[in-house]
Amino acid sequence: MATQIDRNGVQKLLADGGQLVDVLAAKDYEAEHIPGAINIPLKSLGRETVRQLDSGRPVMVYCHDYQ
Amino acid sequence: MSARAASRLETLRFRQVYRYQPGKADWFAAGLPREGTEAHTPGVADMARRDVPTCRLEERVGAVHDRVREGSWDVCGVVNEQGVVLGLVRVEALGVDPDSPVEDVMQPAPVTFRPNLGLGEMPEYGTKQQIPRALVTTSDGVLVGLLWIEDVDGHQTHARS
Repeated sequence: MATQIDRNGVQKLLADGGQLVDVLAAKDYEAEHIPGAINIPLKSLGRETVRQLDSGRPVMVYCHDYQ
Repeated sequence: MSARAASRLETLRFRQVYRYQPGKADWFAAGLPREGTEAHTPGVADMARRDVPTCRLEERVGAVHDRVREGSWDVCGVVNEQGVVLGLVRVEALGVDPDSPVEDVMQPAPVTFRPNLGLGEMPEYGTKQQIPRALVTTSDGVLVGLLWIEDVDGHQTHARS
């Protein structure tokens, strides 16, 4: 089960080398996203697309809000 | 959506998965940096006057009155030690017994806007006829500044011309 994190935690983990993933559609990501986030839309999240992530480091995911 | 993404990552053998459930709406509402093609669309935080005077609930009206007048302001934000807005005091309300606490004269629950509210997205009540000014606060209620509606109107008029 993924650990819940708040915005302070996101900032701290980013500073400590964590990876931030925006899982919204590409057009939403392109319009506005959190600095440092990469975009892997939920629809395309799979073995191929996660290769750009380091499985040895923390990964944080977010979408728009409590969806 | 982030719950499903987090679960999927776990099935892909990621062991340190975190879910930022409040998402980018929370991030932007806190006035934190944005990136993207629309990230530089001006929001109310860009127009807010950051040097608005503040006071504490328990401060004496006399001291606050002097401070507000010194800066030629006509309002003062009432905040707690974390900077969370508790109310607003108009300068007219400060003409009472100088030893009265601010709590007695403040307007509780003033209108507030989030920092990321677009200048073209002001709600209908956000007109200078109804509210000449409003406080801008983060989603946690922390004061960012004071927004003059006429500043927004002026910006919008200039942008259209």
